[in-house]
Amino acid sequence: MKEFDYRRALDVSGALALLDADPDARFLGGGTNLVDLMKAGVERPARLVDVRELPLAGVESTADGGLRIGATATNSDLAAHPDVRRRYPALAQAVLAGASGQLRNMATVGGNLLQRTRCGYFADVTKPCNKRVPGSGCPAVGGEHRNHAVLGASEHCVAVHPSDMGVALTAFDAVVSYETADGPGELPIADLYLPVGDTPHRETALPPGALITGVTLPPAPTAANSRYRKVRERASYAFAIGSIAAALDVRDGVVRDARLAFGAVASRPWRARAAERVLTGAPADAGTFAAAADAELAAAKPLPHNGYKVTLMRNLVVAVLTELAEEATR
Amino acid sequence: MAPAPTSTYSAITLHINGEKHTLSVDHRTTLLDALRERLDLTGTKKGCDQGQCGACTVLLDGRRAVSCLQLAVAAEGREITTVEGLAEDGRLHPVQQAFLDLDGYQCGYCTPGQICSAIAVIEEHAAGWPSAVTEDVRPEAGPPPLTDDEIRERMSGNLCRCGAYVSIVQAVSRAAATTPADRAGTGTTTRAHGADTDSTDPHGTEAAA
Repeated sequence: MKEFDYRRALDVSGALALLDADPDARFLGGGTNLVDLMKAGVERPARLVDVRELPLAGVESTADGGLRIGATATNSDLAAHPDVRRRYPALAQAVLAGASGQLRNMATVGGNLLQRTRCGYFADVTKPCNKRVPGSGCPAVGGEHRNHAVLGASEHCVAVHPSDMGVALTAFDAVVSYETADGPGELPIADLYLPVGDTPHRETALPPGALITGVTLPPAPTAANSRYRKVRERASYAFAIGSIAAALDVRDGVVRDARLAFGAVASRPWRARAAERVLTGAPADAGTFAAAADAELAAAKPLPHNGYKVTLMRNLVVAVLTELAEEATR
Repeated sequence: MAPAPTSTYSAITLHINGEKHTLSVDHRTTLLDALRERLDLTGTKKGCDQGQCGACTVLLDGRRAVSCLQLAVAAEGREITTVEGLAEDGRLHPVQQAFLDLDGYQCGYCTPGQICSAIAVIEEHAAGWPSAVTEDVRPEAGPPPLTDDEIRERMSGNLCRCGAYVSIVQAVSRAAATTPADRAGTGTTTRAHGADTDSTDPHGTEAAA
């Protein structure tokens, strides 16, 4: 690991000043991803600015009935929070489905959003990777890509975003707040992550040196009937090979509102808007749910070894929406 | 606004098992390496050194964490509890005793991490935290019973290459049933309920563990 300077920030303006928009400096939250990448030589910062003690750990209801989540709230605190569990249960389930109890205690919400892909080529500095070394190539396209993207990828990068939490936040239209030396800003989570295109090394729309300060969930009564389902290669403590966050409001057998997002299928948490359009106003039955899944997955471009994900996601959509429809009419 | 001159090491004071230790560390030093290589606290084990096996689990401010991904310099000011700090007055912690009584290990290498993790699991469960196998996470559903499935899920961050899982689950289950209320729940409960507001007591609750 390369040597680095370490500074601890006590307030947001201090953190921004210490980082100084220096491309060789990084904010340190829980460190569960960054420290690991530093050990692997993937990240080689000259300076770490520790933001873990910033006064941004709160989870609070907003006046309009939404939720404001501070950037340094740990995954554990988020998942344990009564308002999250009551009003956005899929978010609590998503966080609990990720990592281990130890890592959830360390990891922060801001860090979770900015964690890097677990693509094996990205993590191996002896291999080419367009995300790590722009222009060096993507060995995954013709190599090991069993758990790579089927939606929204490009020939330059087929890596997936590993977050579970982000999938639920995407389904619930989270807005990410940040601060820069020039003032605050906001980004809907759908706009936080940039399209892959030919610039997979550019992952977010955050300005240089920006610090994520929190995430706001707008009020969403539909979210009270929501669920996160994660498929992985062992029963626990593994990244998803496919996941879904879904919320459904059904009245008189008709879908009034639906929220759907997929995980582990794209470079970002994938909002399934084409599926939502099919669902809204349609009968809440298996035929509708399958049609919704097919509408979203029509754009899928599987590689030779990850075509199973298309079938997996279709089955997940139908299964989870069927369960939610039953819950809604109970 | 340029930061002060660069330094790659710091003099820090770590609070470990109720004692203060002052040392100079290269910033690259993990808490795990500081414990083992600098402070001769070798109870905490190095397994994968990348956050995947749980052998290095310690308690930070009463919460379990992997010390291999925790920079030592960033642990300054936090209350650190290692396996060496669990016994009180020569009496093993109830979780340690349960692992002994029920043979919750084979080679023993993962055991300190398993024990630190299990202590936190019992506290987290006592605080009402749900898990990934909890059927209904809504608070109105009440705390889930600490079934074997719940224990397996909550302990999944601790691998045992000997495969002593059957006995480990039994030990955690027995310890949960016998841990006195004043030794479970204190640290985690305080932090968990403090989630509604900013935490004002980040490292004052570990004395009871």
